[in-house]
Amino acid sequence: MTEGQVIVGLEVHCQLDTKSKLFCGCSTDYRSDGPNTHVCPVCLGLPGAMPVLNKRSIEYAMRVAKALNCTVLHESEFSRKNYFYPDLDKAYQITQYDKPLAEGGYLEIEADEGGEKRIRLTRIHVEEDPGRLIHMGNTERGKYSLVDYNRAGIPLIEIVSEPDMRSPKEARKFLNKLRATLEYLSVFDSEKEGSLRVDANISIKGSERVEVKNISSYKGVEKALTFEITRQKNLLRRGQKVERETRHFLEARGITQSSRSKEQEHDYRYFPEPDLRPLHVQSWVDGIVLPELPDARRERFITQYRCSLNHARTLTGDLRLANFYEKVVAPDPKGLSALAATWIADTLIGELNYRDMSISGLDATRITGLLHLLQQNIITDKSGIDVLRVMLDQYLNHQPVETPAAIVKRLNLAKTAGDTGVLKSAVEEAISENPKALDDYRNGKAGAINFLVGQVMKKTRGKADPGELNRILIESLKNRGY
Amino acid sequence: MDDRYNAFLTTTCKNVTHGKGKLSGIAVAVKDNISTRGIETTCASKILKGYVPPYDAHVVELLKREGAAIVGKTNMDEFGMGTTTENSAFGPTLNPCDTGRVPGGSSGGSAAAVAAGMVRMAIGTDTGGSIRCPAAFCGIVGLKPTYGRVSRFGLIAYANSLEQIGPMGRSVTDVSTLMDVIAGYDRYDSTSVNKPYNHTPQPEIQGLKIGIPREYFGPGVDPNVARVVNTAIGRIEELGATTVPCSIPSMEYALAAYYVTCTCEASSNLARFDGVRYGPATDTNKSWHAAYQEVRRAGFGTEVRRRIMLGTFALSSGYYGKYYAKAQIARENVKRDFARIFSEVDVIAGPTMPTIAFKLGEKSDPLSMYLSDILTVPVNLAGIPAISVPCGKVEGMPVGLQIMGRPFDDERVIDVAYAYEQVVT
Repeated sequence: MTEGQVIVGLEVHCQLDTKSKLFCGCSTDYRSDGPNTHVCPVCLGLPGAMPVLNKRSIEYAMRVAKALNCTVLHESEFSRKNYFYPDLDKAYQITQYDKPLAEGGYLEIEADEGGEKRIRLTRIHVEEDPGRLIHMGNTERGKYSLVDYNRAGIPLIEIVSEPDMRSPKEARKFLNKLRATLEYLSVFDSEKEGSLRVDANISIKGSERVEVKNISSYKGVEKALTFEITRQKNLLRRGQKVERETRHFLEARGITQSSRSKEQEHDYRYFPEPDLRPLHVQSWVDGIVLPELPDARRERFITQYRCSLNHARTLTGDLRLANFYEKVVAPDPKGLSALAATWIADTLIGELNYRDMSISGLDATRITGLLHLLQQNIITDKSGIDVLRVMLDQYLNHQPVETPAAIVKRLNLAKTAGDTGVLKSAVEEAISENPKALDDYRNGKAGAINFLVGQVMKKTRGKADPGELNRILIESLKNRGY
Repeated sequence: MDDRYNAFLTTTCKNVTHGKGKLSGIAVAVKDNISTRGIETTCASKILKGYVPPYDAHVVELLKREGAAIVGKTNMDEFGMGTTTENSAFGPTLNPCDTGRVPGGSSGGSAAAVAAGMVRMAIGTDTGGSIRCPAAFCGIVGLKPTYGRVSRFGLIAYANSLEQIGPMGRSVTDVSTLMDVIAGYDRYDSTSVNKPYNHTPQPEIQGLKIGIPREYFGPGVDPNVARVVNTAIGRIEELGATTVPCSIPSMEYALAAYYVTCTCEASSNLARFDGVRYGPATDTNKSWHAAYQEVRRAGFGTEVRRRIMLGTFALSSGYYGKYYAKAQIARENVKRDFARIFSEVDVIAGPTMPTIAFKLGEKSDPLSMYLSDILTVPVNLAGIPAISVPCGKVEGMPVGLQIMGRPFDDERVIDVAYAYEQVVT
């Protein structure tokens, strides 16, 4: 490691996608309901209520531990983390401290310098989510906060990595890979708001470490780390010291801000939770059957569908995307796999990102239909993109989504190749309207023919088959004696 | 109801209908740290004034299921922290045997209600002697069951790893009947054990071996109390039991281990009382931490605040190993001592309390009050069952004989107490 090297470690909190909360029977499906509607004496921390561990959440966490090559400990234990905050109903969080569920393990990511790189994990532990504060009022009307305990008691796993990442980009890749792995395991839903939260530890080699809290999006991690590295490097450049501290990421402004002075540092007074028995679940590990994970699926895509490494990586890096790809090519894997890889991994993802859309809800048969039109040479690539955009906009606006064939018909996008009359007259028009281009062509300017092709394309609104157009244009020019 | 002893904090409707079941027609009082749906539950603390639980504790459900008439909620030391019931925010309970004396605590209201004949049975809780001490002081019977035998769900926690809900009554038979109703597995208490109690007391104790620990008759124990208890043990010997002298050396650290453990757990358990969700409302114009401080300062009594601070200190970083961790080692030693003794004897007997009931206001410094728990706390540290049964009088005040048993041997402890009770009555 060289001087000035960036060192990043992450603590990732993920909500486990169980049906009920960690210590009571309340439903975890609270997002579309009013505040404090998914609560009971246990998750409200009412006096006398006692926690009962949700077995399913431990199974989920162990699935993750196995997939990430961790060692599930013979005995693990829940502890109380004591601190006062209005969103914390019991004034302590039930979490795991010195006896976590699992230790060790690793996750492989694509290194910045290429190839696979192992990010070692320190531990995985299970804990409950606190409630949520909703801040109201303003400077004129007085600030106050409302508390919503719907989230209180949602099971979380905290995955702690070793400081093995060397750039914000690697941190982002780690998170993406982790997200994919958790979704492949069916224990996590990344599309649920607030389902992932990250604390990042970051330092420049030789300097103090800074903890950045409150990062709640995948993009945010890269942003927060990039900001923090610049800040730390600037300090060092000016001959100042980096303070060991905790900072908060302000997503909207893209900056980190010092959040806690030394005097306010918490002493969490951990001690074993007396209302729960220690866990002895090591023996469950052998019984856990893991599904196909992202790496295995990537290799399968390369061999089965002949995807390029990059395409396979992109497609399998997201469970929904990978499933979508396989659905699209299912009717004709041999014929469609190559075309689908390009169209989904390159074009579709770009269009989705542009619209900030998720692939869920998108009908694979629509894309299969589009690929068929392209495969059968009925529309050009450019028209293909138009069709795709029309469909995506219809999805986005909750309109009925037309089939690709219907869109081609309605917008008259079919290639004019079969209809040489239309193409011929367009060529003739273009030539007669552009005598200067004709002169240029006569004088041997190679650009002239491209100009004319462009003019014809304009007239046919991109529907002209490029090969056919070229043939007719040359023929026409020849007929005119050029 | 004439409550001249201030035994009750809340009395429910007089015309309580009795249901069908094992407790049909029986009036039962419930200690005020046990949640009762629709009935104010305060733990004798101002901080819970006005709190009405939306659910019943598991034991309350069981009582109702067996037809008991829950007639009210009994006074106690605030959150169970005390040995006299003087630490109630709503005034002390008086001992029906002598109103100038305390009834013991912390289940003093329950004991007084039974002793005064206001109810036939009562539910108490025992964290460090809180059932046995008032039973001894008021001259009634009280059982601290084996840890895990009775569900704690709905019991407002003071020290989770030590406390148990238990039965109190005028006779061993009544205590056994109540135990029959409240014991059993509850899936909502993860520390609950599936050991139901289906037992009728048997007076046959021929061949029983009784351990007599030296420490229970040593310095600090009133010689008059020791004499009365020794006489009582002699009566049991006459029934065919033999006594074996023994020693619990770990008792030297038992009291310290007990007070470290219970204050640590209490500091965490009581942190939730902040005025946000229940109890007296927080002043919302203040910042949250200022409002918390105010509510907690005004809401908790002196002894509660003392224990919260002690526990908070003992758990602080740098002190955990010195206090909490050491207390757990001492606790293991107490368990081991009991296990060793129980490999040779069936039960252990001694006085419940080192003295008779104190005069009101007599124990003014906390340390001498803590010292009076010395004979009851080892049982809680070890999680074993123990009963206090009246065995005579000193200065006209009742003295309790304590019989301790192996884990889950609550039946045997009941039988020995029953055998003794049969001889003396």
